[in-house]
Amino acid sequence: MSDTHSPHLAHHFDSPVQQFESGKLGMWIFLATEILLFGGLFCAYAVYRANHPEIFVYAHRYLDKTLGGINTAILIGSSFTMAWAVRAAQLGRQRALKVLLALTIACAFGFLGIKFVEYEHKWKEGLLWGKRYAPHAEGRAEPAADPAAAVAATPPAGVNAEEHTLIPPPARGPAGLAVSDHADERLHLEQEAPKNVQVFFSVYFAMTGLHGIHVIAGMALLGWILLRASRGEFGPDYFIPVDLAGLYWHLVDLIWIFLFPLLYLIH
Amino acid sequence: MADKGTAASLVTGNALAGDNYLNHTKGLRSWLFTLDHKRIGVMYLVSILASFLLGGIFALLMRTSLLSPTKHIVSADTYNQMFTLHGAIMIFLFIIPGIPAALGNIVLPLMLGAKDVAFPRLNLASYYCWVAGAIFSLLSIVLGAVDTGWTFYTPYSTTTNTSVVAMTFGALILGFSSIFTGLNFIVTIHKLRPKGMGWFRMPLFVWGLYGTAIIQVLATPVLGITLLLLIVERTLGVGIFDPALGGDPVLYQHFFWFYSHPAVYIMILPAMGVISETVSVFSRKHIFGYKAIAFSSIAIAAISFLVWGHHMFVSGQSNLAGMIFSFLTFLVAIPSAIKVFNWVATMYKGAIRLDTPMLYVMSFLFLFGIGGLTGLFLGSLAVDVHLHDTYFVVAHFHYVMFGGTVIAFLGGLHYWWPKFTGRMYDEAWGRIAAVLVFVGFNATFFSQFVMGSKGMPRRYYNYLPEYQIYHQISTIGSFVMGIGFIIIAVYLIRSLIAGKPAPANPWGGATLEWQTTSPPPHDNFALSPEAGDPYDLEAFRWDAAVGGYVKKSDAAVAVG
Repeated sequence: MSDTHSPHLAHHFDSPVQQFESGKLGMWIFLATEILLFGGLFCAYAVYRANHPEIFVYAHRYLDKTLGGINTAILIGSSFTMAWAVRAAQLGRQRALKVLLALTIACAFGFLGIKFVEYEHKWKEGLLWGKRYAPHAEGRAEPAADPAAAVAATPPAGVNAEEHTLIPPPARGPAGLAVSDHADERLHLEQEAPKNVQVFFSVYFAMTGLHGIHVIAGMALLGWILLRASRGEFGPDYFIPVDLAGLYWHLVDLIWIFLFPLLYLIH
Repeated sequence: MADKGTAASLVTGNALAGDNYLNHTKGLRSWLFTLDHKRIGVMYLVSILASFLLGGIFALLMRTSLLSPTKHIVSADTYNQMFTLHGAIMIFLFIIPGIPAALGNIVLPLMLGAKDVAFPRLNLASYYCWVAGAIFSLLSIVLGAVDTGWTFYTPYSTTTNTSVVAMTFGALILGFSSIFTGLNFIVTIHKLRPKGMGWFRMPLFVWGLYGTAIIQVLATPVLGITLLLLIVERTLGVGIFDPALGGDPVLYQHFFWFYSHPAVYIMILPAMGVISETVSVFSRKHIFGYKAIAFSSIAIAAISFLVWGHHMFVSGQSNLAGMIFSFLTFLVAIPSAIKVFNWVATMYKGAIRLDTPMLYVMSFLFLFGIGGLTGLFLGSLAVDVHLHDTYFVVAHFHYVMFGGTVIAFLGGLHYWWPKFTGRMYDEAWGRIAAVLVFVGFNATFFSQFVMGSKGMPRRYYNYLPEYQIYHQISTIGSFVMGIGFIIIAVYLIRSLIAGKPAPANPWGGATLEWQTTSPPPHDNFALSPEAGDPYDLEAFRWDAAVGGYVKKSDAAVAVG
């Protein structure tokens, strides 16, 4: 109402600076809660890995380092476009802001797409969490290039626990899922399949799943910001929402940067 | 804007007839979608009091059932569900949001001379998260009431066929509600303090809320992930806590108590803040040891994160871990005792007025003293092995939770009641009820210390006949408390209709909320107030014409 106020200044704040600082502090505190939310899972990871390193060393080979690496690069790239978008908002460069936000969202789609390919592969191989862990034997002989057949061959209940060792090395999986195809290594895996491999996949799916949910939430958030940006709401006077969404997006990226080595790059 | 109402009420400071936050806008929608912290606080207050009633009914039914060692009014399964519901409702729905979200919401911005909390929409979202969480939690009663106890320990909670998922999902959403409140308060306290209010000019209630908010924000997410893992364990079979799948059920206990022990301090810290305010005002004396009380709030918040293992002394954790947790547990006693000594020193040579809030302060000092000291028994490794899971533990945490938090909540409710309703309650009935609650409480729970130390296990449905006398005393005490609460409900509700209009400052408090009208206008203050020493009670004097306290320096100015 009062024309001395910026239209974006809420009535209970004295100045835009106070409002901006409040928003920033609030976001940082929210990010702290996010870290603690994941902290529970990191803690579970630490406990199980410390107690059963053999499970992690054995099972991580079923994850695809190449795809994980590409996804890491995609997310880091999206953080870059996000940071640039914030700068564009501050400078009032509307077109650049919209393009960069769209690029960030596109990266998120790319990330989820690749994640979907990885999950699908695990699903077909029966490399799932806890109770659902049932790696199936047929997958070994079948060319995994035929997804329909592989899905149809979902393992029957009561697969012998010993048959873990019959999982084909992921080289037989869809293109790009190759890990290592050395015969001696496969032999090594077959001999030393530890007990309770499902623990690794429980942790893997819990961590990447929760992270995936955060990526989806981030996409919704950025979509909303993009919508507002397309209405020209942001500029040098008012860019708090872009800035705060950016902070959130960097955290989502950062969590993945920890997840990737912890899950994919174990020695 | 609010000047018309304010001008009319300048003499008494009562704004019931003029413009105030209660009549600023009208209609149900204006309440349901309000962004006004005072209205949200009132909605929270009504909701948590309804939860308190429900949890209390379950408690009284249990106590009645325990009158006899073998004859019961409920079945064994129902009994298990009742103590679970009593615990879960009282903890998650009542006591955690109790002081911060209800009283804190109403009072915090007023104390800071601010128009609102930093994020009013988030505040409303917090309330609706509470509502959604409450619906899910209570839905579990229909879907098959949970019988795990409020701790949801695995593996029982993952194997029982009751609706653990509904209840824990409710608790998860309630966690969001708690986080939103905490986040909002931290930012509000950092960024919305008025001119002249440095950190050490803040009222101690604000320090208490600050310590609480830190715990809410840092501990609650861990409960979130714990309950989430419990839910996916039940629904999808992710075996993180399931030994059959290589998981570890004790890890659940660690996660759970990593939240739930600090949660105990979410409950007690704001209660301590209420006591710091009221003890000074009703002793008519400046608070003693301001900085010591303020820092001890933060110290308690910090140590609270490091003591969760004392819930697990008999869970098989290593002796070394047990010793460390035991030592850290003893450390909590230091800041707690610092506070108690400072409150007692505040009363020393003060002009103590035994109004209802002060009766609750004195109850608090006595009951919290017992609750805190018996905590040291339980924190000692060897003694805990004997007392673990007995009624001694039940008595201990009720002395802290009820004797501490609920008593302080009642004190705060009476203290601020005139401010946010604009009405005075009946003082005589207030005192009678306070005494009844105090006597009833001690009868209920002191008897439990005795039977617990003699070996009566908690949560048992039947018991040996030699414990019957203690159970009977306890049950009678609970009825006395129940009567006390009925009296409180009756006179508080009656005061809303027929209560004497309250002056702006009925008790002579020096904090800023007493410098606006009762009830406050929509924007809280006609003019942004400037903060001074929040305990400078000398600056106020009783004015019979007003029926309340006025600032000595303002007395002449106010008329003009």
